[in-house]
Amino acid sequence: MATQQTTTSGRLLVAPSVILLFVWMIVPLAMTLYFSIEHYSLLDPTAIRFVGLQNYVYFLSNPNFVAALLNTLILVGWVLAITVGGGILVALLMDQQIVGQNVLRLMVIAPFFVMPTVSALVWKNLLMNPISGLFAWVALELGLTPIDWFTNWPMLSVIMVVSWEWLPFASLILLTALQSLDEEQKEAAELDGAGPISFFVYIVLPHIARAITVVILIETIYLLGVFAEIFVTTNGGPGVATTNIAFLVYKRALLDFDVGGASAGGVVAVVLANIVAIFLMRIVGKNLEA
Amino acid sequence: MARKQSTRKRIGMTILAWLVGFLIFLPILWTFLTSFKSELDAFSMPPKFLFFHWTTENYAEVQSRSNYLLFATNSIVLSIGANLVGLLIAVPAAWSMAFAPGKRTKDLLMWMLSTKMMPGVGVLVPIYLLFRDFHLLDNRLGIGFVLLMLNLPILIWMLYTYFKEIPVDILEAARMDGASLFNEIVYVLTPMSIPGIASTMLLAIILSWNEAFWTLNLTTFNAAPLTAFIASYSAPEGLFWAKLSAASTLAIAPILVLGWFSQKQLVRGLTFGAVK
Repeated sequence: MATQQTTTSGRLLVAPSVILLFVWMIVPLAMTLYFSIEHYSLLDPTAIRFVGLQNYVYFLSNPNFVAALLNTLILVGWVLAITVGGGILVALLMDQQIVGQNVLRLMVIAPFFVMPTVSALVWKNLLMNPISGLFAWVALELGLTPIDWFTNWPMLSVIMVVSWEWLPFASLILLTALQSLDEEQKEAAELDGAGPISFFVYIVLPHIARAITVVILIETIYLLGVFAEIFVTTNGGPGVATTNIAFLVYKRALLDFDVGGASAGGVVAVVLANIVAIFLMRIVGKNLEA
Repeated sequence: MARKQSTRKRIGMTILAWLVGFLIFLPILWTFLTSFKSELDAFSMPPKFLFFHWTTENYAEVQSRSNYLLFATNSIVLSIGANLVGLLIAVPAAWSMAFAPGKRTKDLLMWMLSTKMMPGVGVLVPIYLLFRDFHLLDNRLGIGFVLLMLNLPILIWMLYTYFKEIPVDILEAARMDGASLFNEIVYVLTPMSIPGIASTMLLAIILSWNEAFWTLNLTTFNAAPLTAFIASYSAPEGLFWAKLSAASTLAIAPILVLGWFSQKQLVRGLTFGAVK
């Protein structure tokens, strides 16, 4: 096993990664914490002074924060519901004996590889435009009035775009989990006369429960930080209708030049993400032991 | 009888699955089709599906409008460059964690994973200010460093799980024969894990290519990759759908192909080995 020599070289070889990641993470995070208790505006960078928790009070008591927090929760919640629910259905469907399964798999996974700015702009213009988008055409064919999605239903529109981006991820991971279900177990359940619903509830669901948890946690971490889709479609508006925490912090920092306030917001975002991260780390950590 | 029914079920499932797959893929297909239309056809109602005058003029215009090639070059240089450097740092680290683990190795792995949980906005302000002071805004080195750091934990994790599958005896045999550590990693370990390294790189390149928080915030033109290039189409300017579609097709086509090759490793890489 590991000799004294390999242990020493092991430490040397892992050191660059550790140092780099430390510099990348701890240093800026410490700076964010420091800025968050200072009055610091880029418009007047010489007037930096200690203000204690004032930035936090200001950030948290601002009605925009409450709106942004709610928007974040709505966005994350709905996208999770749609992608996990839809992902289970798609995965169950793909797990059947289907002609041309490999090609179909490629089509289903494709949206995941589309960069966020492209998905958002294609959906906004080519699909959801109220005058000549594809959805407007479908509505007209069905005798309905086309919907002006991004004007009248801005948050729903963002949810639709982001769900389309993440549905493949959920489907692919749940399909992978489904495929590891024992063939004999399926046959045994069939012989015992289990109907499709009880088969799903008592055999399939417990088998993929862990994968579902992993999908939820990983998606949540990314969904808390949704930015580009909002940036290129609604710019957080109308008003603050589609401003989430990430976008609010961005606005405070790079549009209002309020370093202190934005840093306080950044700390709030870190705390939110950490609550989710702790659960994910526990699951991955358990897997590492096994 | 039973046999016949299962055939019928199979046909039904196949039709249903293809329908669902088609709907999921439709936005991409539609973008591709629209990129070959004239702007008038792209805007026509009812939409023209296949019977329109096919043209490639949008692709030429995308280049002349905003210098597509510069952005494409940035995307290629950044996503490949950052991850090649990342690989040089990650392979030794993953070797040490897989073959010379210490008491703290697992904690270290978890800590590296935890850096991925950090939301970008949590460190946006200091990174932006530091980059401004060091003249790294809109600089390939600057954004390249960020992309490298974003992927480093994933590179190490994926390589670690691949290295774990390699029998340690082989490396020890090489050591017995007097191979130096450098030779052991470069001439024994690396060739044996080429498939793992390749799929790790593939996933990392895809993630860098599509990264759109830091690229939008830290680059404007000189170092801006295709994510920022596409974002410049967010301000409507007359009829622009066909051009937007052409630009989008150009931006996603290469990575879509890479993505399709790497889909099996995707699950492993994105779930940090929690789902295999």
